[in-house]
Amino acid sequence: MKRRLHPKRSHTFLFLVPSLLGVALFFVVPFGMVIYYSLVNRPVNGEFVGLDNFKALLHNSAFLLGAKNTAILIGLSVPLAVLLPLKLALWLERAIPMKSQLRTAFLSPMLVPIASVVLVWQVLFHQNGTLNAFLETHVDWFHSPWSILMVLLLYLWKNIGYHTILFTAALAAIPRTYVDMANLDGAGRTRQFFSVKIHFLAPTVFFVVLMSLIASMKIFREVWLLTGSYPYESLYLLQHFMNNTFRTMDYQKLSAAALMLAVVMGALIAVLLSIERRLDQDTENE
Amino acid sequence: MKKRRVKDGCLWLALMILALLFILPTVLTVVNSFLSASEIERSYGAALGSGGYMKERIILKLVPDIATGEQYKTFLLQSPEYLQKFWNSVLYTAPITILQTAVSALAAYGFCRKPSRLRRAIFFGYLVLTLMPYQVTLVPNYLISKQLGTYDTIWAILLPGIFSPFAVFLLTKYMQRIPKVYLEAAQLDGANEWQIFRRIFLPQCKSALFAVGMLIFFDYWNMVEQPMVLLESEELQPLSLYLSKINQGELGLAFAAAVIYMIPCLLLFLGGERHLEEGIVTGGMK
Repeated sequence: MKRRLHPKRSHTFLFLVPSLLGVALFFVVPFGMVIYYSLVNRPVNGEFVGLDNFKALLHNSAFLLGAKNTAILIGLSVPLAVLLPLKLALWLERAIPMKSQLRTAFLSPMLVPIASVVLVWQVLFHQNGTLNAFLETHVDWFHSPWSILMVLLLYLWKNIGYHTILFTAALAAIPRTYVDMANLDGAGRTRQFFSVKIHFLAPTVFFVVLMSLIASMKIFREVWLLTGSYPYESLYLLQHFMNNTFRTMDYQKLSAAALMLAVVMGALIAVLLSIERRLDQDTENE
Repeated sequence: MKKRRVKDGCLWLALMILALLFILPTVLTVVNSFLSASEIERSYGAALGSGGYMKERIILKLVPDIATGEQYKTFLLQSPEYLQKFWNSVLYTAPITILQTAVSALAAYGFCRKPSRLRRAIFFGYLVLTLMPYQVTLVPNYLISKQLGTYDTIWAILLPGIFSPFAVFLLTKYMQRIPKVYLEAAQLDGANEWQIFRRIFLPQCKSALFAVGMLIFFDYWNMVEQPMVLLESEELQPLSLYLSKINQGELGLAFAAAVIYMIPCLLLFLGGERHLEEGIVTGGMK
C-alpha cells in the first residue's frame, strides 16, 4: 500500500528529460558561455581577468543608465499590471451588462501584430501626431521625459486584458459560502475584499507578478521598433545596452551585463518564491 | 440599493469607454487597410520618415477618403515574396507552438509530481531563464547555431523555440493545482506514471494547454530578434520581421499586410477564447 503511493523517483524524472536536454543545449550551455566571457579579457584565447569586466561595467555610464531605466520601468509597470487588472476584475464581477464583450475588448490587443502597434503608437505620439493635435501642443513625446509613460501605456494596453482574465477566473473560483457569510456579517465590498477574497487570490497575484515581470522584459521589442538603438535618454534600457554591445562584438561587456541581470532577477524570484511558499502554508493551515 | 445601481451604471459607462480605447488600434489597422497607398503616404509619410514636410498634423484616419482594396490586391496578387514570408511564419510558429507545449507539459508533470529539493532547484533555474531577455542568450545562441551548423536554416529558430522554458513555468503552476484525489485514485487502480499523465493530467489541463499554446503562438508569430540574428537569407525570414521594417519601405502596404497577418491570430482567438477564460487562468487557483 505505502509503496504504491510513493513510486520510485526515476519514473517521473523521465518526463523531465526531453526538456532538460533541450534547455541544457540551447539555454544552459549558452549561459555557461556567458559566464566564461564575463571573466576573460577577449573572446578568443582570453585571459582570466576575474571581476574586471564587472568593475568596468559599474563605471560605464551607458550600462548604469540602462540599468536605472529598466529598474524604473519594472518598478512602474509590474505593480500597475497587477493592481489595475485586479480592480478591473472586481468591477467585472458586478451585475453589469455585456461583461464578456468587455473582456474580449480588453484582450484584443494580443491580436494586433507588433508592427501595427508600433505604427499606431508612432502616429499617436509623433510631434505632429494625434495626441498633440488633440492637446494643441507640439511635444515630441518620444524625446521627452514623458517617453517612459508612452511605453508604460503600451505595456499596460497589451497585458491588462490577459491579467484581468486571470483574476476573473480566480474570483469566480472563490466558494460562494465565504462571500455570503461576509455579506451576512454586513461587510461592505472593501471589507469583503480584504478579509475574504484576498486570501484566495494570493496565488494568482503571485502568478500575475511573474507574468508581468516577463512581459516587462519583452516590451523591449516594441521600444526598439519605436525608437531604434539610440533612443531618448529615459528610454535607454538595459537591452539597448546589450544589443549595442552585441553589434560592436564586445562580448565581455555584454556577458558581464547579462550575468548581473541574471543575479538580480534570481534574487527577485527567490524572494517571490519564498513569499509564495509562506502563503501556501498559511492557506493549508486554515 | 438604488444608489448602488446608479453607481454601477456610471462604472459600466466608464468601462465601455475604456474598452473602446482598447480596441481602437485594432479598428484603426483594419480601417486604414482600405486606404489607397497614396493616401497613406500623404497622411502618415511625415510621421514615419518616408518623406514629406513636417508641417501638417498627422491624424489617424477613422474614415478613408476613398475605400479601396488596392493594398490587399498588391499584397495578395502582386507580391509573391510576402506570401512566401507569411508561409515562413506559419512554418516557424506552428511547430514551435505545438512542440513547446508538448515538451513543457511533460516537464511540468515531472516537476509537480515529485517536488524534491533537486527539482525545485532546477525549476528555479528555469524561472530565471524564463525571465532573461532574449538579448542575454543572443551571442551564445548565435555561436551555438554556428557550431551545430544550423545558422541560417529554419532549425536555428525552431530548436531554441521548441525547448524554451517559458511554458514549463505556466503549466507546472497549473498542474500543481490539480486535486490530489484524482491522482491517489489512479494510483490505487495501479496506473503507471505515463497513464496518470495521459489519462488524468492532460485532460484536466486541456484548457491550460490551449491557453499556453496561444501565448506561445502570439509571441513567436511576432518574433523580431531571433530571425534578425540567426537568419541571413531573405527567403527564410518570417513576415513579422518584414512588417516591422515596413516604415522604411512600402508604407502603403503596411496596414493590409498587418490585417492579413492578424487573421490566424483572430481565428485562434475566436476558437480559443473560451479556453483562455477557463484555462490558464486556473494556473493561480487552488
